[in-house]
Amino acid sequence: MECDVLIIGGGVIGCAIARELTRYNLSIAMAEAKDDVSAGASRANSAIVHAGYDAKPGSAMARLNVLGNDMYQNMCEELSVPFERIGSLVLAFGREEEKELERLLEQGVQNGVKNMELISLRRALELEPQLSREATGALWAPSAGITSPYQLTIALYENARANGLNAYFNAPVTSIAFESGGFSAMAGNNVIRASYIVNAAGIYADDIARLIGDDSFTISPRKGEYILMDHETADIRRVLFRVPSEFGKGVLVAPTVDRNAFVGPTAKDILDKDDTSTTYDGMRELRELGSRVVPSLDFRAQITAFSGLRAISSTGDFILRESGRSNRFIHAAGISSPGLTAAPAIAKEIAALLNERGLPIEPNAKFNPRRAAIERFADMTPQRRAAAIKENPQYGHVICRCETVTEAEIAQAVHRGARTLDGVKRRVRAGMGRCQGGFCAPRVMEIIARETGMPMETITKNGGASRLLIGKTR
Amino acid sequence: MERKADVVVIGAGPAGLAAGVAAADQGASVLILERDERAGGILRQCIHNGFGLHYFGEELTGPEYAARFIEQAEKRGAGMGRSSASFGAAGQSPATIEILSDTMALSLSPERIVTAVNGRDGEITVRAGAVVLAMGCRERTRGALGIAGTRPAGIYTAGAAQRLVNLEGYLPGRELVILGSGDIGLIMARRMTWEGASVKMVCELMPYSSGLNRNIVQCVRDYDIPLYFSTTVTRVHGRERVEGVTIADVDENRRPIPETERFVSCDTLLLSVGLLPENELTRGAGAEIDPVTGGAVVDERRQTSLPGVFACGNALQVHDLVDHVSREAETAGRYAAEFAASKTLLQSSRGADRLNMGKTRVIGSGGTRYVVPQIISESPSETVDLFFRVGEVFKPARLTVTSGGNIIASRRKRVMTPGEMENITIRTDQINGEINVHTQADAQ
Repeated sequence: MECDVLIIGGGVIGCAIARELTRYNLSIAMAEAKDDVSAGASRANSAIVHAGYDAKPGSAMARLNVLGNDMYQNMCEELSVPFERIGSLVLAFGREEEKELERLLEQGVQNGVKNMELISLRRALELEPQLSREATGALWAPSAGITSPYQLTIALYENARANGLNAYFNAPVTSIAFESGGFSAMAGNNVIRASYIVNAAGIYADDIARLIGDDSFTISPRKGEYILMDHETADIRRVLFRVPSEFGKGVLVAPTVDRNAFVGPTAKDILDKDDTSTTYDGMRELRELGSRVVPSLDFRAQITAFSGLRAISSTGDFILRESGRSNRFIHAAGISSPGLTAAPAIAKEIAALLNERGLPIEPNAKFNPRRAAIERFADMTPQRRAAAIKENPQYGHVICRCETVTEAEIAQAVHRGARTLDGVKRRVRAGMGRCQGGFCAPRVMEIIARETGMPMETITKNGGASRLLIGKTR
Repeated sequence: MERKADVVVIGAGPAGLAAGVAAADQGASVLILERDERAGGILRQCIHNGFGLHYFGEELTGPEYAARFIEQAEKRGAGMGRSSASFGAAGQSPATIEILSDTMALSLSPERIVTAVNGRDGEITVRAGAVVLAMGCRERTRGALGIAGTRPAGIYTAGAAQRLVNLEGYLPGRELVILGSGDIGLIMARRMTWEGASVKMVCELMPYSSGLNRNIVQCVRDYDIPLYFSTTVTRVHGRERVEGVTIADVDENRRPIPETERFVSCDTLLLSVGLLPENELTRGAGAEIDPVTGGAVVDERRQTSLPGVFACGNALQVHDLVDHVSREAETAGRYAAEFAASKTLLQSSRGADRLNMGKTRVIGSGGTRYVVPQIISESPSETVDLFFRVGEVFKPARLTVTSGGNIIASRRKRVMTPGEMENITIRTDQINGEINVHTQADAQ
């Protein structure tokens, strides 16, 4: 296989870059180590579209955060991805922390964040009645929002694919050889020759860089644990931060676009890049800190706990530049928070970098920026439901009781590429609710089996050896 | 599609079937909404025997028990799933039962309008004279428990695994650790052993089992499966498939003791750690919920705080024996039919008044965790059965029921455990104020 650009990594950054590059007359390939897009940090993060007051002025993080935030509305509209600009509050508890709010405000202004203001507790309570009355003041940033990071990643991927992207899954890149005019990469069982490579390998970006002898940076994993709560257990309306500490932005409480409340993330530097386990200490910390911000949080409504790994770069900033080893090898590495927010801006920046390094870019006249979402039964009006069921009776067959997901939606998820329980879950929410797939998992497996011809026993939770069944009964 | 029925029953498990049959026998037209492909509920997958000793006086398997009620329903006209018989106005139609399978109830309004959906009829709106909530319960999950560790394939609730094995013919694993000694967990220990799997142990957080004693003996002890009390799983291992769990002893506050942690290799973790009544519809309609049972607050008719909305079975309180479910559901079904019939004469506001008339609260104290019903209205019958569970083991126990401070019933029991649902009958003519069911240890 030959292409103009090979993107390594199918997270939100790799997929955003892929989509951006399909705007041009180029052949684009993407190699993802796992079985699906959004398999790493893009599936387990805070889902926040940050306003942009956090990052150090002058950094790529600061610049691309504010730029990316501006691009979200349009991007999510084009891709039919949920995005709600609900605003964020940074809470101060006491005079010392209030001083920190002033510093953040100033920093935000320098970064170009608009409409921020320092507000009283009274005003903050109007914006978010659930927050602790022990807070003494807040920084209000109305431009912050929430999205669904995996929905976005999947949508970016689907749109890129519709516009010509070639994607390879279960294709970890294990070697890269220099060739005249480019590279030859071994990606799983595939040999991909590319004129340019973009390294968007998330937490493994330093390992990928080392494949061409580039050890100019390292990426270390910082674990963030989360607790997810059932619907309507606490009607949180805003993203609620506390004054940041040396470890990230600290624990926040926020709603998801699916109306679950969550608490997280913790911040713990670890060594193992595959360690997404949860810990008792982490969960205890989240319960304590979450309750400080929102005292009414009822942790008996916990649905699940999970964790994701931030890709912390040794440079302290996003790494968006060519490799010292080759100007045809571009890093999009060290994308920790606010990476999700910055993703669309990073994609533009990488496209520009590639162009500067000689990649000819002329517009792809056939590029269609629009991608339709799988229509959700739960969101339909009664009239629409009637029509949808008439057209496709599978829309009348509810498979996931907790989230009211129908057979039609699950079948469409499979048609769009889901092959695992988690793949279906992230596309249409089956198994995402309070019973965590207890009732629907076997039904979902049956639909995957029926639609793909895969035997039931080969269906996995999330690829690899994560088989759900070991065989038939006697 | 718009429809009417005297009584709409949500769920065709043992509770819904018994309620439907009882309502039809009072002359009501009954529509049962079942989300699964056929009636029977959880009994369909309970292929072991031990059902029906109280109700039928003989031992049946789960499917046999369900079949008796399905037969009763069919005698009253229930065509399984595909029936399209329609009803006239409430009260005018012949007593008959229709079961709509593969049909999910989506919402319930306080005015007893039920919306449901299936692929045949689309969205269905049913005006119900009365509603019986019989949705059953679901299992507590690993995520809700907050067990730390990885999130691989191979973690199942016991009931989900039971369905896979008994109804669908698939094996979820070869080497199992079972956390929780609830009945389904105990039964699955035996079932998986029969399938040639190795059940390494059953761990129970509490110092006693929440399952029936007969299941401990017949499903675990008889197969030499170790049952460790005051032990829990503290961590799950394995990135893709379960590779093992860490277990630990717990102290008297149920906190794991770190020094006792040990690794047990397995490819599957089954959870039997509690059942939660399913009451999303109930909450959505605004009925009062008992925070202890997780079910609706009901009176002795099993009427909720919403007039004409009744609840029974595991949606109301988690039962130990299906026989009790059937009895409870018959009560709910009978009164639901009565409500539907009287509603045509009484204004619905009269119904609401009646609900509040002569209300007597029923509470538990001492070792009593909860009591159902939580309220006694002006009961037409001479006696009322109170059902309850205790929060710890009493051996022996003294049970005292007072009303308005006077003792109206007292009994000594050799043993009372949290795993068994208890009941005591009181006479309505002795009710004279708040009723309290008090359990305490009795002198040896």
